[in-house]
Amino acid sequence: MRSPRHTLHIVSGKGGTGKTTIASALACALATSGRRVLVCEVEGRQGIAELFGSTPLIGSKERRLLRTPDGGTVFGLAIDAEDALLEYLETFYRLGLAGRALDRFGAVDFATSIAPGLRDVLLTGKVYEAVRRGIKQRPNAYDAVVLDAPPTGRIAQFLNVHEALAGLARVGPIRAQADSIMRLLRSATTVVHLVTLLEEMPVTETEEAIAALRPTQIRVATVIENMAMPTPLNHDQLLTAATRTTQLVVPGWTDKQNRALTAEFAGEAARTLQQRDRHERLESLRLPLAEIAFDPAGIDEAALFTISDQLRDQIRLEAA
Amino acid sequence: MSPPFFDIDAILGDPETKIIICCGAGGVGKTTTSAALAVRAAEAGRRVVVLTIDPARRLAQSLGVGELDNTPRPVVGLDTTAGGSLDAMMLDMKRTFDDVVIAHSTPEKAAAILDNPFYQALSSSFAGTQEYMAMEKLGQLHAQAGQASPSGGWDLIVVDTPPARSALDFLDAPEHLSALLDGRFLRLLLAPARGPLRLMSVGFNLVSSAMMKILGAQIITDVKTFVTAFEALFGGFRQRASQTLELLSSRHTTFLVVATAQRDALREAAYFVDRLTEEQMPLAGLVINRVHTSKLAVSAARALALAEDLDPLTAPIEIEALRRHAALKRVVEQETLLLDRFSATRPAVPRTLVQTLPSDVTDLDALRRVGVLLADKD
Repeated sequence: MRSPRHTLHIVSGKGGTGKTTIASALACALATSGRRVLVCEVEGRQGIAELFGSTPLIGSKERRLLRTPDGGTVFGLAIDAEDALLEYLETFYRLGLAGRALDRFGAVDFATSIAPGLRDVLLTGKVYEAVRRGIKQRPNAYDAVVLDAPPTGRIAQFLNVHEALAGLARVGPIRAQADSIMRLLRSATTVVHLVTLLEEMPVTETEEAIAALRPTQIRVATVIENMAMPTPLNHDQLLTAATRTTQLVVPGWTDKQNRALTAEFAGEAARTLQQRDRHERLESLRLPLAEIAFDPAGIDEAALFTISDQLRDQIRLEAA
Repeated sequence: MSPPFFDIDAILGDPETKIIICCGAGGVGKTTTSAALAVRAAEAGRRVVVLTIDPARRLAQSLGVGELDNTPRPVVGLDTTAGGSLDAMMLDMKRTFDDVVIAHSTPEKAAAILDNPFYQALSSSFAGTQEYMAMEKLGQLHAQAGQASPSGGWDLIVVDTPPARSALDFLDAPEHLSALLDGRFLRLLLAPARGPLRLMSVGFNLVSSAMMKILGAQIITDVKTFVTAFEALFGGFRQRASQTLELLSSRHTTFLVVATAQRDALREAAYFVDRLTEEQMPLAGLVINRVHTSKLAVSAARALALAEDLDPLTAPIEIEALRRHAALKRVVEQETLLLDRFSATRPAVPRTLVQTLPSDVTDLDALRRVGVLLADKD
């Protein structure tokens, strides 16, 4: 049986793990010939614009960011809760004037900050709307939407729009909106990808996020090990190097140079051994793992395509 | 030109330094830096309390306190020969908020507030509550500092700021929450259609009915009940928040901006440095964590060329070591470039570099080593 095509990809990870980079690269990977993919951010950091070397994405407007070598197109959007609320009012209540009055009274700020759940419903609501365009075959539809979501520490809370509104709005249109969003998030076409480094804290947070997401019934599809350092050496070779049991010898080098290399690689080998332990911890989660190689040259557009190739090879993209 | 060296020991050793605030983007090692500073200061003879926010369990363990909670607990295993001491605590945002409510209102009123669904949402998940409560806690610690131990007796408070999307949130959030609870909309909500506000209330009714439509009448009722009960308390909140902000700009406080040598983290650091400068707040300097170095003067290209000439059957480890060295050299180059750019635009900001560690920080010894790296001239 063929699994359904995923139309919404939610990318989270601890701060510093490179989730914005992975979200953007995933958007590129999904944008194969003729496909239109939207990548959204919700934290006002303008990380996507920075990554694609574009001017800031403002005013909650979708903008074309690039054409992939495969002939697809990637669009970007920075979602702002206040803009989303005003747009929501405009669409559902035709509140042109009152909407502006709301803003003047500080009510928009009030509503979006005081009811934190509401803020998240507005942010995910905009994503929901973009995904629905595809399902309903409306204009400007996307084949897939990638969400650069808040970090792992807050992801379950962010996506659990149901819970967020519990006790706040039990009835009313916003409740109905939250229910529709929750249905989309729980559907088989929505998946979460968690980005981690093979370091203690990000791995622990990944485990915690998976546990926290379980009751929400939202699917975690992949754990992505970012900035990995693959090595052909086996465990014993790494152990030998880490403990400096034998000195390395590069022909033609002075003893001092060889000693410096041995010392330097001992640290690297020790770190790799630790990373292998953490990789095993992640394997015990029984989720598909993807590995993205560390790029020492830093992240630019070329690096983005390299990462997107790696993602395409490792994540089942027809399903993913 | 390299920036001035950030002399950590001079800051820690200055008895006039009473509060150190560590700021920076998420994931740069702020909590570790705060803990390492606290340990170093305590072992140099200061009586220190460190306020951490959501530390990893292993860091709490490394401080010798299995569970950190909302009350400062003594850290054991420290070298106290210089006469110092160290207490550690972890901010519990909801507990702190609850405690403030209980301490400043009658039992009935407190119960009404604590039960209000709107209060529960505000105290556990409002985006600015954590920052606000960190300030509240800092104010409390500062007030207690003068008391005798064990409930006080500190001469240095080290604060780790909440993991915000932006380092600036720590400074902005209290103002945001104040503005919100003291804002026009709430006042209108509480007292519409009277006196000079009457004229405005025509527009307001439109607004209010729109809010009801979206949110439902329930939430507005909850908010009204909450604000009525909270009103008496709120003046005190505002006053304490502004006192704490004042404390932050005093000569006894200094800010330490933490970053890594990566583009995003340095951009956040730059925002923060500029903001402190603008508001004439005291910036001690910049800590750059996880900096890579290499003592081997062989370029990346040369190392890769050498690796290619070696036989994978006889020298597999040498080949891998050379490949890793090449990657390391590229990282060092990249980091140097980013750090140079930062210093070129903000040349007066003192800086100290902390080398990347071969393993995680899990005990006091590791925190001491971080302390040495912080204090050492690079």
